[in-house]
Amino acid sequence: MDFFRHDVNFDWMGKTKYFVALSLTLLIVGAASWIHKGTLDYGIDFKGGTLVYVRFASTPPVDKLRQGLVQQGLGESVIQQISDIATPNANEVVIYLPQRGQGNEALDAGKGEILNALHATLGAGEAGKQDFNEASPDVVADLLTRKDPLSAGAAGATRYQPLAKQLTDYRDKQARGVVPNIDDLRQAGATPAVISALRDAFYTGPFAVVNVEIVGPKVGADLRRQAVYVTLYALAGMLVYIALRFELVYGAAAVLAVFHDVLITLGLFSLLHFEISLTVIAALLTLVGYSMNDTIVIFDRIRENLRLMRREPFATIVNRSINQTLSRTILTSGLTFMTVLVLFLMGGQVLRSFSFALVVGILVGTYSSFGIAAPLVVAWNRWRGQGAVPVSGTTSGSKTRTGEAQGRLAPAGRR
Amino acid sequence: MESNLKWKVIFITLVVLLCLFGLVGLPTVPTSLAQVRDNFSKRIKLGLDLQGGTHLILQVQVNEAVGLQTDQTIDHLSTQLRDKNIRYDDLRKVSDTQILVHNLAAESTATFRDLVGSSFPEWDLAPAPGEQSGYLLTLKPSTVAAIQAQTMAQSEDTIRRRIDALGLTEPVVAPYGQGDNEIIVELPGEGDPNRAKSVIQAGGQLELRRVEDPNPYPSEAAALGAHGGILPPGTELLPSKTTDATGQGSWYLVDRSPIITGRDLRNAVATPSTDNPGSYEVNFTLSTDAARRFGPFTEQNVGRPMAIVLDRKVVSAPVIQSRIEDSGRITGRFGQQESNDLALVLRAGALPASIRYLEERTVGPSLGADSIRHGVQASVISLMVVLIFMVFYYRLSGVNAVVALLLNLVILMAALAYFGAVLTLPGIAGVILTIGMGVDSNVLIFERIREELRAGKAPPSAVDMGFKRAFLTIIDTHVTTVVSAVFLFVFGTGPVRGFAVTLTIGLIANLFTAVYVSRVIFDWHLAKMQRQAALSI
Repeated sequence: MDFFRHDVNFDWMGKTKYFVALSLTLLIVGAASWIHKGTLDYGIDFKGGTLVYVRFASTPPVDKLRQGLVQQGLGESVIQQISDIATPNANEVVIYLPQRGQGNEALDAGKGEILNALHATLGAGEAGKQDFNEASPDVVADLLTRKDPLSAGAAGATRYQPLAKQLTDYRDKQARGVVPNIDDLRQAGATPAVISALRDAFYTGPFAVVNVEIVGPKVGADLRRQAVYVTLYALAGMLVYIALRFELVYGAAAVLAVFHDVLITLGLFSLLHFEISLTVIAALLTLVGYSMNDTIVIFDRIRENLRLMRREPFATIVNRSINQTLSRTILTSGLTFMTVLVLFLMGGQVLRSFSFALVVGILVGTYSSFGIAAPLVVAWNRWRGQGAVPVSGTTSGSKTRTGEAQGRLAPAGRR
Repeated sequence: MESNLKWKVIFITLVVLLCLFGLVGLPTVPTSLAQVRDNFSKRIKLGLDLQGGTHLILQVQVNEAVGLQTDQTIDHLSTQLRDKNIRYDDLRKVSDTQILVHNLAAESTATFRDLVGSSFPEWDLAPAPGEQSGYLLTLKPSTVAAIQAQTMAQSEDTIRRRIDALGLTEPVVAPYGQGDNEIIVELPGEGDPNRAKSVIQAGGQLELRRVEDPNPYPSEAAALGAHGGILPPGTELLPSKTTDATGQGSWYLVDRSPIITGRDLRNAVATPSTDNPGSYEVNFTLSTDAARRFGPFTEQNVGRPMAIVLDRKVVSAPVIQSRIEDSGRITGRFGQQESNDLALVLRAGALPASIRYLEERTVGPSLGADSIRHGVQASVISLMVVLIFMVFYYRLSGVNAVVALLLNLVILMAALAYFGAVLTLPGIAGVILTIGMGVDSNVLIFERIREELRAGKAPPSAVDMGFKRAFLTIIDTHVTTVVSAVFLFVFGTGPVRGFAVTLTIGLIANLFTAVYVSRVIFDWHLAKMQRQAALSI
């Protein structure tokens, strides 16, 4: 089946002013949000500090925790409940402590203070017992071997090791990290004897720490610098590649279009409060590659048509090229967009910023190929006075005796 | 054409078998579904963000080792200057790499220069700026670099030995970053890094030194007072490790040079304490060379205390009862884990410079399990969406694309298994992107084929033109994305690298499947098709 009419003759280049208007609007909106905030929303990778993710068995008492943190002297910390499209009942909070000073004290001092504050606010558990929700399989196995509820005797170690793993797997995979009650472990295959042995030695703490990220000042600064370099290098590399495959002006137009894509994406990040982390930089670089990708398909067709349609005005050739590749463009962008949309919706909270960058990037990247890159090439052409009769095949620009310039827009390299 | 085609099909089948073998055939050929799953989970290495674990970046303070070299040089130099009767006002350390000799006696200048030139070749000598008869010795940059490199290598080695001794599964200890003396340590499955961190960071420098004065002093001032304000030559004051409730410890006057250092140990073992039941001690044995020194030393010093110094603090100072040949013990109120860790650190060796932690990330196993679940769900659904669409839109040729895409994924996973590459959560995103961008190649070719068919060409010719015309564009598009991915690989760490790796391998495999395999399937189909039949596309 086929969605498309294959004789489309839409005048893309004629609509340039609308595209420019759209781009400018998006850029201005993004820039306004940026300026208003004063800075981009850097994630911990770039700004440093301590992040602790804590999961609870039921709804977390955020306000109580906030007060508790302030009482323990951590007033500058920020605590937020994680609410996510895919997991509305996550029962998870994230606590951020900005980095203090130049980091001459221990790197994990902040984490220690946060954990102390949490224990102080929520109770320190039962004396003489360990928290099952923070125990590793080895600790559990060790304890079971000592108490020996299943009378395994000397074979205790081999018997209890897999059992301990089974219990902690249940806690981590089914119970999402926090078991509210030792009795719940029956569902993990624990017999009453085992349960009673566990209850003697463990209590179930109200929370479990599922993720900790501590980034010192040096690493944060290093990464910020590197991120900028990498993006610039990648763009330079692409410029060189396209200039070699086509011509310099094509390379420049493509790079400007990609730049435009990155700026719009960053602007939307700022507007919608998404954080910029290392994986987001990875997504931005990928979208750079993807946008180039898309632009190249159109340029390729332009190159082919320049040879076939020698007598036509350049703008017409470009229009024809875009129309011819329209079906392919919409299909692949559509398909790729679908896949990253699935990733955005179902890929989990860890990848959310990353997949958002890709979702926006694919849309904007596709649009910029015909909305920005192609018009730039046409405009350059017009400015050089070569809008009339482009001739392909020559790689050096030379004007004919009558003054009618020959097209310089022939690609380098043969096909 | 027939036999040519047959060989191509055989080739493709072999590739598929090789991939499947790499994924589920190792380490042992499976005989049941459970074994298949087991093999698969062993072959695909999961990153820390998927299996849980701790990631640490630490920096070795290499300048400490350089400073130590300077300190030792000052000692040697002052001895030499005294021996050669060269007079000067002051000899001191200006920085980690510079020594100032203040006001050198004018008549000794030549001797001094000769001395520095012959006995201290790693030092550059120059007149001190702004001083009349002062000289500045600067450690040569090449020597500084050599010391730094050696300190890094030794630190990395020692840390690796300590972590190995902790018995964690598949830890990673490797240099990191662009030359700022950083080391990355990855401990899969380790949910509580505190013990590992203290074992890594422990100085571990053991020394046995003779104690000058039989009784310790309550403070440095008291010690100085007892000696008239100047300590006897060749001695120094060291604090005790344990302090009482007010934070006050005792100070011992000990020899500067140790009789025994950590390097002389042959072994160190933690054992339950005989004097203090319930606590532990560390028993160590010395190498034969060291024993040859230690025997006479203990014999000569019976009745005197000997300080056991750990990281410049006196742990204990037992009195030597009789001649000891080659063993000793370190007591203190150690718990079992503490004494085990100390024995471990002593066996692994002392760190040549101190360690500072720069970054720490710990992913708990529940988050790891969540991430796997989300990643797999998203992959399966996006794959379904793409497959259904392709069959719907391109009919039988869509099935062609489906086969190519599935093979693409199989090759991608097998490549990860064969290279031992680590799969991270962004890596799974890379797989999803491969699905989306990989199918682009098929779309390019199919749309071209449709165009040619519309222009009136016969199926075989249309297929041929479709592949030919689309090929260069496919190459172009893949190159740009792979270039991005290569930059990401060089610059990124862990998760980002995982993404770059899966995307690159996926796209390269895509070149094979979308162009070669797809073509073979088309050719095979065309060969079977009747002459005038239409191509299902």
